[in-house]
Amino acid sequence: MNPRWKKLIPRYIILIIFMLIVLLPIWGMLNSAFKSDSQIVSSPFGLPESWTFENFQKAWTVGKFNVFFKNSVIVTTAVVVSSVFLSILSGYAFGQLPMPAKGILFAIMLIGYMVPFEAVIIPLYNWMNAIGLRNTYWALILPQVGLSVSFGTLWMSSFFETAPKELIDAATIDGCDRWQILWQILFPLAQPSVTTLIVLIFMWTWNEFLLSLVMVQTEAMRTLPVGLAFFQGKYTSDLSLMAAGAIIVALPTVIIYIIFQRYFIKGMLGGAIKG
Amino acid sequence: MKTANHRYPGESKFKGWLYLLPAFLIYFFFTFIPILETFRSSFYDWNGFSAERTFIGIQNYVDLFSDPLFLKAISNNLVFIIFYSIIPILIGLFLSAILTGTDLPGFSFFRTVFFLPQVISMVVVGVLWRWMFNPVSGPINQVLSLVGLDSWRQAWLGSFEFALPAVGSIGSWVQYGFCMVLFLAGIQRIPTEQYEAAELDGANALNRFIYITVPGLRAEIGVAMITTMISALRVFDLIYATTKGGPGETTLVTGFLIYRSAILNNRIGYGATIATVLTVIILLLSFLIRRFMGNSEEAST
Repeated sequence: MNPRWKKLIPRYIILIIFMLIVLLPIWGMLNSAFKSDSQIVSSPFGLPESWTFENFQKAWTVGKFNVFFKNSVIVTTAVVVSSVFLSILSGYAFGQLPMPAKGILFAIMLIGYMVPFEAVIIPLYNWMNAIGLRNTYWALILPQVGLSVSFGTLWMSSFFETAPKELIDAATIDGCDRWQILWQILFPLAQPSVTTLIVLIFMWTWNEFLLSLVMVQTEAMRTLPVGLAFFQGKYTSDLSLMAAGAIIVALPTVIIYIIFQRYFIKGMLGGAIKG
Repeated sequence: MKTANHRYPGESKFKGWLYLLPAFLIYFFFTFIPILETFRSSFYDWNGFSAERTFIGIQNYVDLFSDPLFLKAISNNLVFIIFYSIIPILIGLFLSAILTGTDLPGFSFFRTVFFLPQVISMVVVGVLWRWMFNPVSGPINQVLSLVGLDSWRQAWLGSFEFALPAVGSIGSWVQYGFCMVLFLAGIQRIPTEQYEAAELDGANALNRFIYITVPGLRAEIGVAMITTMISALRVFDLIYATTKGGPGETTLVTGFLIYRSAILNNRIGYGATIATVLTVIILLLSFLIRRFMGNSEEAST
């Protein structure tokens, strides 16, 4: 045998074992959604004997996943679009523009990046209760924009700080103002940073749980993760139905991840955790 | 914030504020003020709806540190650090050690899979592992029976003895791929000459790992520790979706106790006190790790 392969094969075997540990449970659940309950028990990791989409249909309509899905799409779109847009502006301010009290303002923004959601959830709950905003999209969107722009500002400002000075100077000489420099010169260069930011904020918002659990009382306003948690309490014994619901929640993030994995992994490896 | 950005002739020195303002206002009212309010609430006794709230000084903090539930929750969070942080970092180091210095065809596929648990909602992960751990039909008990270990079968998540390590090991499952990918990215930066020189000097694989790889990965190990330890301290979704802190209080964690005290039991001040303590612990921990591990920003490229 080729000596190179002799060296590689044992490594592949170890790698494959650890990969299967990650993959097998996911694989099992994926299959379960298409099976009958009795077959899940008799062969948990085997392919379905006869494929059925009934579980998805039932979760979607009876389980109200159509409603949860709509809520998740509305909240996530609003949070991602506004957070990313505002973060580009504020990151540009910190990275490129003159402004008094820059250090203090930056420190204030940094705090939001480092503290956990638990640090803000109690007053938000009380206030939203007091002004009657619980059970509205606002109660889910505004706090998440607040936390996301904190991270987004830091993320974008580190891009704008290193933006090529010659380009900016050249554009200034050509008569571009600050706004034009941002959108015509720097924004195209910022594509990788912006894409990473979009993907990260999408994942966090789609998967967010505590805020939605606390702010929403009615089934009609639940987002997918909260919907799934309550669904689980109701249909505990119906394994295939649970699996179908879980897949509806996970599928969008997995698709986005597979398309944009380079950006997502880069962001995560840069220590991008939501505080 | 290293550069004082220059102004153009005739440009207002407040121009930056204009661009910062919209993001800052939303952040200020929906994140920054709530942080301060949480801290302030921790000195009051309040049920959340009555008009009067009583100032009680540091009484909440005094109560907290003699509250067996809080002590239980904090000690469970420490156990979670073992599962969320220490075990995944060790597995990640082991896997990157065996992969060092080889060019593995098809590695990007493995990387995609190893990172997968990071993108799935923790509620979905909870649903998934409740099925795996199901006492009757779950694959884990089935496999145990299959290999003749019937006596090892457990009601994992319902057992006073095994619920905590069972939920904890879900955390290890989520985190080890992340640690491995992080370390493998870091190893690329270590010059191969170092390994070659060490090999010439007769250093064996273990020595090369201890004296070259691990020090070379300081920044990455720092990032992994901060990320995973914060997840361990903040764990909430997973607990909610699997055990809800039970059976009894065996898997109660700080995040769940905040929810229970403030939201379910209307003890706003007390919940805010726990939230404040948790926040301080998280800030201190990330500060300490950053100090010891050097500048973690270096690891980002």
